[in-house]
Amino acid sequence: MAKQYETVIGLEVHVELATKTKIFCGCSTAFGGDPNTHTCPVCTGMPGSLPVLNKQVLEYAVAVGLATNCTITQYCKFDRKNYFYPDNPQNYQISQLYLPICRNGKVEIETEKGKKFVGIHEIHMEEDAGKLIHDEWDDVSLVDYNRSGVPLIEIVSEPDMRSAEEVIAYLEKLRMIIQYLGASDCKLQEGSMRADVNLSIREVGAEEFGTRTEMKNLNSFKAIARAIEGETERQIDLLESGEKVVQETRRWDDNKGESYAMRSKEDAQDYRYFPDPDLVPIVIDDAFLDGIRAKQPEFREEKMARYKEEFDIPEYDIEIITGSKHMADIFEATVALGSQPKKVSNWLMVETLRLLKEKNMDPEDIRFSPENLAKLIGLTDAKAINSSVAKEVFEVMFDQDVDPEKYVEEKGLKTVNDEGALRRTVEEVIANNPQSVEDYRNGKEKAIGFLVGQTMKAMKGKADPGMVNQLLKEFL
Amino acid sequence: MANIISDETIDYVGILAKLELSEEEKEQAKKDMGSMLDYIDKLGELDTEGVEPMSHVFPVKNVFREDVVTNGDIREEILKNAPGEKDGMFVVPRTFE
Repeated sequence: MAKQYETVIGLEVHVELATKTKIFCGCSTAFGGDPNTHTCPVCTGMPGSLPVLNKQVLEYAVAVGLATNCTITQYCKFDRKNYFYPDNPQNYQISQLYLPICRNGKVEIETEKGKKFVGIHEIHMEEDAGKLIHDEWDDVSLVDYNRSGVPLIEIVSEPDMRSAEEVIAYLEKLRMIIQYLGASDCKLQEGSMRADVNLSIREVGAEEFGTRTEMKNLNSFKAIARAIEGETERQIDLLESGEKVVQETRRWDDNKGESYAMRSKEDAQDYRYFPDPDLVPIVIDDAFLDGIRAKQPEFREEKMARYKEEFDIPEYDIEIITGSKHMADIFEATVALGSQPKKVSNWLMVETLRLLKEKNMDPEDIRFSPENLAKLIGLTDAKAINSSVAKEVFEVMFDQDVDPEKYVEEKGLKTVNDEGALRRTVEEVIANNPQSVEDYRNGKEKAIGFLVGQTMKAMKGKADPGMVNQLLKEFL
Repeated sequence: MANIISDETIDYVGILAKLELSEEEKEQAKKDMGSMLDYIDKLGELDTEGVEPMSHVFPVKNVFREDVVTNGDIREEILKNAPGEKDGMFVVPRTFE
């Protein structure tokens, strides 16, 4: 019988923190600046410059640690990780090796196989590197240090995961916790969340771990799932053919669906970590921890439970809406403005999700305000606009966050409630469409739909379809 | 000299420091490093039983900045430190992993 293998996976997840400034200097972390316009002597590693820790970085790191059941290291320090690469101007990265800010945590994940805990070995704070661009024309590399010094936390899990499903459930869990904290937007595609997968295989029942590889360049959940499958297969093939797995870092090529070795253990780097003498120790007292605890938000599970209690909306809607902190915020704020929860949920679940998908956007990118959504719902409630006009207005609101009341006024989209005008139009439509009228009178119920459509068209969409229907029936 | 630096060690340190040393330079570096280690070994004579490792001389802790942008665009100044400049970026020898 063929041997049975199991996959053992641990993750290193880098998360870019949502601070306004870099970790050790007052340079902006904003995206999209021209190259090197967000730089200073500190983040370009000039001799004599002195890094000073951004307090918000510490607060975010501790908040994530508490939310993932970690022990906070109340005496903690930074270390230098030494290596040469042009994106790292100091020739060392400021990171934490000996006393990381958080240790020994765990989060609960749920897959089809049930619930389980994934242990968190540690979380440490560190700085991001610059961006290297290869200039084919001059055969040189160009460096932009705008990202150099952007704060990161690295969350190192225990090797507790056994499948791609568990890995994705774990990443989703982390993403929810961190987004709810407002500590990062956690976008894999844009690199504000990056996951390296450490994977080994062993025979089912074995105690010892197999030799692991580390997989990099995974920028979507799909790529992660495919890389895990590909790497599991590759390692099983090696063992089955009597070869050995080499401990190495591999780069996943999602287009080709295969990975290749970046560097093996033989030339593994020796980082010569040592405490950074430029940064003083951090001593976290209980008052600081209590302060962070008091500020912890309502997390997703708590929110879901409360929605079930408070709002009469389907469980599926609750799951989708709370799946994005931003969407949940919009939902709650709109409801607080007096809109009926079910109606708010419908706008989010149907039109919003449709447009997000169409425009390839994340819920975090939603720009319309709760005020405007409430106004739009108010307009439909008052029957001032019909549902197709409402959808049209919503699309504009989705793109530009326009005030629907003003927009409807300016564009003259209000439903015509002038019954006289409507009656005249209905009469005209009946006169112009004798065939449909006859069909209807002969019992073809559906024919009335065509007549409603013709009337709406003649009214340029600004009539209440219910009223049109009623009038038509009256005439016929 | 109590500390003898082997050829392997000096080659390895050369790789880490990205330095190509000639044979003469290697011999000199072995000697220098050996005497530096001898000097540091002096500290080993002290009894440090129960003493916490220290990374700072002054008893200072918790020095923080508020998360407020204080730096503006000083690209022109910053690029004066670059070995070369193109399109607002530092030019370095072609590098890739």
